[in-house]
Amino acid sequence: MEFGFTTAAYVVAAVLFILALGGLSGQESAKRAVWYGIAGMALAVFATLIGPGSGLWLLSVILIAAGGIIGFFVATRVQMTEMPQLVAAMHSLVGLAAVFVGFNAHFELNHVLAMDPAARVGLHGFAELLAHKTLVEQNILRVELFLGIFIGAVTFTGSVVAYGKLAGKVNTKATKLPGGHMLNAAAAVLSVLCLIWYFNTGGFFPLFIMTLAALFVGYHLIMGIGGADMPVVVSMLNSYSGWAAAAIGFSMSNDLLIVVGALVGSSGAILSYIMCKAMNRSFVSVILGGFGGTSGPAMEVEGEQIAIDADGVAAALDEADSIIIIPGYGMAVAQAQQSVSELTKKLRAKGKNVRFAIHPVAGRLPGHMNVLLAEAKVPYDIVLEMDEINEDFPSTDVAIVIGSNDIVNPAAQEDPNSPIAGMPVLECWKAKQVIVSKRGQGTGYSGIENPLFYKENTRMFYGDAKKSLDELLTKIS
Amino acid sequence: MKIGSPKEVFAGEARVAMTPDSALQLQKLGHECFVETGAGTVAGFADEAYTAAGVTVVADEAALFAAVDVIAKVRAPSDDEARMLTPAQTLISFFNPAGNTELLELCKEQGATVMAMEMVPRISRAQKMDALSSMANIAGYRAVIEAGNNFGRFFTGQITAAGKVPPAKVLVVGAGVAGLAAIGAATSLGAITYAFDVRPEVAEQVESMGAQFVYLDFEEAQKDGAETGGYASVSSPEFREAQLAKFREIAPDIDIVITTALIPNRDAPKLWLADMVASMKRGSVIIDLAAERGGNVEGTVPDEKVMTDNGVTIIGYTDFPSRMAAQASSLYSTNIRHLLADLTPGKDGVINHNMEDDVIRSATVTRGGEITFPPPPLKIKAIAAQKPKEKVKELTHEEKRAVEIAAFKKQTRNQVGLLVIGAVLLLGVGLVAPASFMQHFIVFVLSVFIGFQVIWNVSHSLHTPLMAVTNAISSIIILGAVMQIGSGSWIVIVLGALSVFMAGINIFGGFLVTRRMLAMFQKS
Repeated sequence: MEFGFTTAAYVVAAVLFILALGGLSGQESAKRAVWYGIAGMALAVFATLIGPGSGLWLLSVILIAAGGIIGFFVATRVQMTEMPQLVAAMHSLVGLAAVFVGFNAHFELNHVLAMDPAARVGLHGFAELLAHKTLVEQNILRVELFLGIFIGAVTFTGSVVAYGKLAGKVNTKATKLPGGHMLNAAAAVLSVLCLIWYFNTGGFFPLFIMTLAALFVGYHLIMGIGGADMPVVVSMLNSYSGWAAAAIGFSMSNDLLIVVGALVGSSGAILSYIMCKAMNRSFVSVILGGFGGTSGPAMEVEGEQIAIDADGVAAALDEADSIIIIPGYGMAVAQAQQSVSELTKKLRAKGKNVRFAIHPVAGRLPGHMNVLLAEAKVPYDIVLEMDEINEDFPSTDVAIVIGSNDIVNPAAQEDPNSPIAGMPVLECWKAKQVIVSKRGQGTGYSGIENPLFYKENTRMFYGDAKKSLDELLTKIS
Repeated sequence: MKIGSPKEVFAGEARVAMTPDSALQLQKLGHECFVETGAGTVAGFADEAYTAAGVTVVADEAALFAAVDVIAKVRAPSDDEARMLTPAQTLISFFNPAGNTELLELCKEQGATVMAMEMVPRISRAQKMDALSSMANIAGYRAVIEAGNNFGRFFTGQITAAGKVPPAKVLVVGAGVAGLAAIGAATSLGAITYAFDVRPEVAEQVESMGAQFVYLDFEEAQKDGAETGGYASVSSPEFREAQLAKFREIAPDIDIVITTALIPNRDAPKLWLADMVASMKRGSVIIDLAAERGGNVEGTVPDEKVMTDNGVTIIGYTDFPSRMAAQASSLYSTNIRHLLADLTPGKDGVINHNMEDDVIRSATVTRGGEITFPPPPLKIKAIAAQKPKEKVKELTHEEKRAVEIAAFKKQTRNQVGLLVIGAVLLLGVGLVAPASFMQHFIVFVLSVFIGFQVIWNVSHSLHTPLMAVTNAISSIIILGAVMQIGSGSWIVIVLGALSVFMAGINIFGGFLVTRRMLAMFQKS
């Protein structure tokens, strides 16, 4: 088949991918948009398989099918609460693939360069492309594949660590090796040295050293970032996997790879930006890990935490007309979303106005809570964003906080010395009554005392979120 | 423990200290409940209802006093009742210990423990047993109803075929619990409501209830209400003069005046003087909720309704809560029930009279043959001190405009600056890089640009599907692997094959999981 056909197919695929992302602006159009993405991917793979340069296409098809079967099983089996882990795991695959493809480009380049001009004429495909490159182009190619491998390797180990942390297999606390960021800086410097070395010699060895350094950077960077910052980490890795693909696209002279890589890269970057903004922290401070030091003594919390039992909560809900539920990571951990949905259904059946308030960084993945609530069949039109609902709290009778802490911490607004000062939070304490479902009296992930729990209109509903809610459900007729 | 409520002996008192509902809750605490026959009849609780709730109905008061350990009453006991108390018994009721020393002495002689409901401190933990507040709430509401009953016009303004009706103007003096309740009732009936209080910090509460706060043109550092446990304190003579002048100015306009001004342990201040009454329109109504302590209005007769020469009705009833006995009983009995819940921390029916507890200590006026009134100051302050509010400067129209223009200019500068830097960088790259690279580079830059434009529109709730789908399409790297797999050396084939395999997992996994998620989003 002609080269022109492949290019045409790439153009169509690129348009389909853009439509697929653009369609995510609304729930209904998204359902259509995902088909655009699937069609685009199918077209791109098909065009490449029949296009110039591919060989062993039978092997490729078999491998895609085999991978597809695994992907199918994973996608159908995975629990919605495990979505963050899955996304992280998938990023690691893209990262590793980028490393391998980068290595291959290097081998091919050396292979072609070793040939004499006469032999080069018989080449086809990728090798043919390489054979026509001038010296400058070869050098640029080296930089490109070097970058692709570097980003891919960081993405790979970073995603593996993120997966471990999200799946609870690695301690979610921020841990750093002695030396801290100096180690990262050293690894980065080493990589730059390797680039110069590789540039001059073109050997595999500097490439290999750099890969090891990049793998270390990925590991150490993500180890140093704690659990609640995971939304930023995952979207950042998402971004990296895109940039890796784009860098590889440059080295392969493949425009579709560049387009898609750039789309994914910018998408992840925007998500990271949104998450950082929602925590009122700069991207750099999140990446460098941990919460910043406090600038003074924290405000003293006065009062006591007042407990309430399921009967009391049921009575409060019975009297309330408008209710806002604020879910957090605790709801995901306790797998309580079905109970929350059941509660919502019962309350709505009694004619109460029940809504959900979602903070942008609730959970461990951007939009994590929305997906969990959707899984439990909570209609999405009552699930609102922070900006949409924050003004409604003063006219709300009962706000129910389920397993969230920092995102409802009034210290962010009231205490200028708090580590989270200035972070936008859900102002649930303005509701007439606040019920907090929480496992115990401890502080949240960030270790910051939450004055909300001590407010006059707050009642603490202690216990595992799912058990407490199930008990509550029996009390609501 | 056995808890019982007698029928109130005070003339005209219709409330009862235990309702069938509160009895059910008390039984959950492990107590046994008793009630004198007919105790709740006037308030609308029949003996059968008590029996149905598991309460033992006792034939007369003497039998009740003999049978129980705790007596819950509304009004302070009569001398006869007090003489029936034994050292082992606890009496809970309104008592007025400051103005009722003889009765206090008598109870001390009897050796009984007496808890006075009005002595429950005003701290947030004790709000649920604050009977003064719950009764004041009823009084405020009832005051408006009573006023409406005596006011020959609508509260709300109407334009009807038969003519235009102006809305009634209501002034509430004293924005405590009763005042706020009155404001709420009056505004919901449609009146134009004004309110005044010597504590400027309540202006916000007044406005939140829908009334206008009457500000005085007077600069004085008013004492913070927090220091006096949330109650008003005595104001200076100058302040008082300014206040009266203001009232004098607005009196002719006002149709209904409800006064609720009280200062703890003092006679009610006179705030609505005879000349203000005289300047009011014929048919106006004044309700003096402070009548029991002498009244805020000149001309109030406690427990009476009087009509002045110029046709203004002044009502000085002191039994507003009792006039709504069913509601008052259910709130009061709940206050009592909460106090008993604090007295039985173990929920095992055993009363633990913990004198270390601020609330219990303050409420207890006699115990073990001793008078324990007045109580020591509270360990914690009732209400957090008000922080002085910073005034936000209102910007004028021009200033706002200037700020907007400055912001716009800054934005423009930033954007143009970024564009220039970007363009220069691009040109710089173009100078050194070969044409083939630049072609790809342009594609790259445009894609990033499109990506930014498209992704900003993605709804927040779809961020997880967005990540899954970008994940799936980032497997486009499979193209690179497919192109390499066919060319030559074994290591390239192996690495290429692995890449194809992994990308295959990702493509299918990513798209399927996105579809699964999106299918879950349902509209109600």
